[in-house]
Amino acid sequence: MLPKKRAWLALSDGTVVSGWAIGRPGTTGGELCFNTSMTGYQEIFTDPSYHGQLMMMTYPHIGNYGVSSRDDEHRKVMVSGVVVRAFSWEYSNPQADGSLQAYLQKHGVTGITGVDTRALVRHIREHGAMNAVISSEIDDPDTLVRMAREWADMNGLELASRVTCEEATTFAAEGPYRVAALDYGIKRSILRNLTARGISVRLFPARATFDEIRAWNPDGYFFSNGPGDPNPMDYALETVNAAKTTGKPLFGICLGHQLMALSEGFAVRKMFVGHRGANHPVKNLGTGLVEITTQNHGFAVDPDSVDAAKARVSHLNLNDGTVEGLEFTSFNGFSVQYHPEASPGPHDSHYLFDEFLRRIQLAKS
Amino acid sequence: MPKRTDIRTVLIIGSGPIIIGQACEFDYSGTQACRSLREEGYRVVLINSNPATIMTDPMMADAVYLKPLTPQNIKDICEKEKVDAVLPTMGGQTALNLARDLHQVGYWEKAGIHIIGVDIDAIDITEDRLQFRNLMESLGIGQCRSGVATSMLEAKDIVNKLGGLPVVIRPSFTLGGMGGGIIWTEDEFERKIMRGLELSPVHQILIEESIVGWKEYELELLRDANDNVVIICTIENVDPMGVHTGDSVTVAPAQTLSDKQFQLLRDAAIRMMRSIGTFAGGCNVQFAMEPGTDRLIAIEINPRVSRSSALASKATGYPIAKVATKLAVGFTLDELKNQITGTTSACFEPSIDYVVCKVPRFNFEKFPGVDETLTTQMKAVGEVMAIGRTFAEALNKAWQGLEIGRAGLGADGYEDLDPKHVFDRLAKPRWDRLLQVRNAYKLGATQQELHELTKVDPWFLRQIRYMVTLENRTEGQSLDTIGAEDLLELKQAGYSDVQIAWMLSQGGGARVTEDMVRRKRLALGLKPSFKLVDTCAAEFPAVTPYYYSCYDGENESVVTPRKKIMILGSGPNRIGQGIEFDYSCVHAVLAAKEMGYETLMVNCNPETVSTDFDIADKLYFEPVFWERVLDIIEHEKPEGIILQVGGQTALKLAKPLKKAGVKIFGTDYEMIDLAEDRGKFSDVLVKAGIPFPAYGTAFNVEEALVEAERVGYPVLIRPSYVLGGQGMRIAVKPEDLEEYVIRLLKTHPENAFLIDKYLDHAIEVDFDSIFDGETLHISGIMQQIEPAGVHSGDSTAVLPPYSLSKEIIDTMIDYQTRIAKALEVVGFVNVQYAIKDGQVYVLECNPRATRTIPFIAKATGRPEAGIGVKVILGAKLGQFDLSSKLQNYAIKEPVFPFDKFPEVKKELGPEMRSTGETIYFFEDFLDEHFRKPFEMKNLYLSR
Repeated sequence: MLPKKRAWLALSDGTVVSGWAIGRPGTTGGELCFNTSMTGYQEIFTDPSYHGQLMMMTYPHIGNYGVSSRDDEHRKVMVSGVVVRAFSWEYSNPQADGSLQAYLQKHGVTGITGVDTRALVRHIREHGAMNAVISSEIDDPDTLVRMAREWADMNGLELASRVTCEEATTFAAEGPYRVAALDYGIKRSILRNLTARGISVRLFPARATFDEIRAWNPDGYFFSNGPGDPNPMDYALETVNAAKTTGKPLFGICLGHQLMALSEGFAVRKMFVGHRGANHPVKNLGTGLVEITTQNHGFAVDPDSVDAAKARVSHLNLNDGTVEGLEFTSFNGFSVQYHPEASPGPHDSHYLFDEFLRRIQLAKS
Repeated sequence: MPKRTDIRTVLIIGSGPIIIGQACEFDYSGTQACRSLREEGYRVVLINSNPATIMTDPMMADAVYLKPLTPQNIKDICEKEKVDAVLPTMGGQTALNLARDLHQVGYWEKAGIHIIGVDIDAIDITEDRLQFRNLMESLGIGQCRSGVATSMLEAKDIVNKLGGLPVVIRPSFTLGGMGGGIIWTEDEFERKIMRGLELSPVHQILIEESIVGWKEYELELLRDANDNVVIICTIENVDPMGVHTGDSVTVAPAQTLSDKQFQLLRDAAIRMMRSIGTFAGGCNVQFAMEPGTDRLIAIEINPRVSRSSALASKATGYPIAKVATKLAVGFTLDELKNQITGTTSACFEPSIDYVVCKVPRFNFEKFPGVDETLTTQMKAVGEVMAIGRTFAEALNKAWQGLEIGRAGLGADGYEDLDPKHVFDRLAKPRWDRLLQVRNAYKLGATQQELHELTKVDPWFLRQIRYMVTLENRTEGQSLDTIGAEDLLELKQAGYSDVQIAWMLSQGGGARVTEDMVRRKRLALGLKPSFKLVDTCAAEFPAVTPYYYSCYDGENESVVTPRKKIMILGSGPNRIGQGIEFDYSCVHAVLAAKEMGYETLMVNCNPETVSTDFDIADKLYFEPVFWERVLDIIEHEKPEGIILQVGGQTALKLAKPLKKAGVKIFGTDYEMIDLAEDRGKFSDVLVKAGIPFPAYGTAFNVEEALVEAERVGYPVLIRPSYVLGGQGMRIAVKPEDLEEYVIRLLKTHPENAFLIDKYLDHAIEVDFDSIFDGETLHISGIMQQIEPAGVHSGDSTAVLPPYSLSKEIIDTMIDYQTRIAKALEVVGFVNVQYAIKDGQVYVLECNPRATRTIPFIAKATGRPEAGIGVKVILGAKLGQFDLSSKLQNYAIKEPVFPFDKFPEVKKELGPEMRSTGETIYFFEDFLDEHFRKPFEMKNLYLSR
């Protein structure tokens, strides 16, 4: 047990709970989200799609197996804060590099432990996603609630350019196939899944011009996951639309999927409560099979807006009927709302990367 | 795919009597299967020889056969009932083996009966070590490195290649693993290798690397006909490899795996399940993982529901057996709804936001001389499960539920902190390992030391060290000085008020009592909240009323305005108190529902039907431990409580309940207490002119010797308030008596004990009845074949009596009625009689539902448990059809665990040792089920 330092979590609707500080002492804020995955906290905390969010883990003991560089999805921790029920100050795992506490501290992430996370999950479930503030410095709940209210709203925010790479980089340069990947906040495991299939990937900054991208002569285009609202991302839509005209295969995941949908004129809306976990059933309407998927999204394609002449819904969420995948008929592309790279989560959907490769091979031959 | 329409009648095979390794979890799964099939309109036929099961109740199936589980009986039933399909995955290995035997002789095919829920051809793969090994290798899933030796020289070479000792040896083609085991040291190497080579008919042994100490995991899977697979639960064994999973403390979900490690397990488990043929149903896979590497070894795969799947169902809320049954008749996972949420899909993987801890329950004290070391062969007789928000909370709660007289994991005044004792216990895996880890920390042991000794993952060790830190902090404080925050932290770590009281008494001040702690914490607003088990970590609203307590703020158990009744369950299975009591608990719930009550079930045994969230209106999965029960009472404010059905577990709470002003339905607490108090009860008998054997009461050795001399040897000695004759012995001379008393004082220090004149060569009779205040209903009179002195639970007993005169029976009815009146019984009353030289003596009286109630209900076709509970709630016997369907005789045949304890001699005496029983109906006394025990009735009688 380490000496305890009091911390507060204040929600914009006035809810305030107290607990103990973890990570680096300080004050932080963002949209309070929860993730129901029982493993993979490090992958979640480093997933750029969570940029700027406060991540509350529903499983109580977090930090048990420490952290390991092989589990990073990005070079930085992306969440702006961490909320847990029973933080493991110490870890047990011979393969780990260190404790989660040291890791959060190193990355300057503030968190809180010892709060009734379940009650907060139920609260958000009832009242919808909202902003919140964690602080181990400001001892005044009213101030914290005011700060939470004033915290920048996610709605309408373009965040991808904050997490994208600064310059284009090539991975696995020797591969027989080339894919241009647009980095809106890509997870490392996506790159690993592509390169493991013999694909050479060049990762482009979100705002790279299409001429620049095409100049690399890719065999396919990949649109990555990422944080924020896709609606204001006009620059990305331009890239998607330009890529479509090449006739080469397109594949989008999460934000990439939403961008591809938007490019066809479909609507993407903010959800009341997003999907964040590693246990969501998705039915592949083509095969009739179900895959257990990793999900992380607060926006979704409006099913009523999907124009049957342009695309068909290929995957459906069995819990709430959300559109989980689109097979575009107006161009050579497909996309999924969920995360086939998993990490954390089940590997049921890796076949989608095989499918992308198959299309690339087909287009090339 | 929708359900199959080519089948109409489905046969379910039960698992037979309760034995070590096959307990009431198969009543739970069988019951779920029956209900699941009937929901879909199938006709269900059932065979099981275990009368104490809910599944064999007439309400569960369209045709129930209480018959021995033999291939011939199954064939006869299939023919008579025109069975279309058989579901053999709900009755443990027993049912699966029967189905396989009938498959091997081509019966199913010939009779046109479909086998559903399993691929029968694939069973061999899972049972045959070599086939399994080859299959795993073809899937690229790790196996222990090994080699086959036919000589000492080869053996030495193989051991060298494996990296030295320890190794595991398995002689080829020996039965039951004979000659197998672990070689730890050079000393035993040659001897064990030679023995193995000699024992093997082909003089060949398999030598495997030892994976003792590796981390052990279990995954529970479901698969449908479309080949969709989901993992319902992952269970981590706190006791590493080397201890049978049934004997291990286990937790869910896995605590010490990173996602990448967990996905290795998940991927391998799915590949394994898909490799054992095509079938739709449930499956369990076990793995070992080497700490520090990701090396994974598949231990086994069981293509059926299991003890672990029952645990997984209770741990997650996901009803595995029920869904597996639906899958077996053709549904696919995506067609089914998650019953817990009512809105989301059943095709998903539960996420839980609490920690589940299972702790096994042992009965070694009943088997003097038994080797208590835990090995790969299961020795536990039952288990408790506890739910908490943290591991510490769940672990303490589990120990509160064990009913071994402890108030949590230590810190309750009963520990032996002698370093030699503590470290001796830790040297080998024992049932109390985590308690000794706690004690060792108290003694200043380091984590490294404890990890080297136990190989328990450091994460778990640290949790216990954290608990000890809390204890040490608390022990320096007094009730006045301890602050709300410290108290809350203790409660959140699962500490009971009893433990806190003990810790606060260590400072040298006045003794603090449980009540004082309770008052203080309530004054501080520290009361438990109740949270929902919902399969989804609160992501979706849930409708199932399945709760656990914790000390996190928000309470989710909304109290309704309905009139309520609480039924206390019987806790973990143990010898003397098993499934029979759960049977009566379930019926108590159903009867109370019928009488218009909202029913609240409190129990902590994950194997049971009573803890199925479908049974009571509200399920509180909690230890049947005073503080926890009182917390629920204060929250729900039930009109009253039923104690008569939960065995001694519930009865032990009668006194504090009465003191707390809680209404006890049926017979008054004073009368329950009176029946247990030999002195007062004898006064009643004397007053009524009813004979009983001479007796005396004693508190120490000296008194015992005096009393024994007075009543005359041989004498029976036992503590009061125990079940199953725990600690009961026959002493023929003073030296025996002294020895027993000393032993008793160790295990039951606060109890008085009784010394009865032992009536040798007497006939013992077990008489169950229900009394409504006016009329006595004879539930059943069972005559024991073995002489008095053999515990009634261990005796072969016949319903109705086979050799008693009408006069004697009338005498017993007369006595029973007078006793019922004298005790003002409302509900169940059982009296045990001994008959010697034509004289009827009363041995003891139990004003509650007994172990024999379900047997009698099955034999007579009368819902005895339900009738009794309705009488408790105010019904009169005249309202019921009390006719019996029993023709001829029903015989109760006990089943013993001596095969699991080869070092213990088979002896029967006043201490119960059987784990289960079967029912058999017979017509004449030449039937071998009667004739054999009759001929051998005196053979095993011992002290």
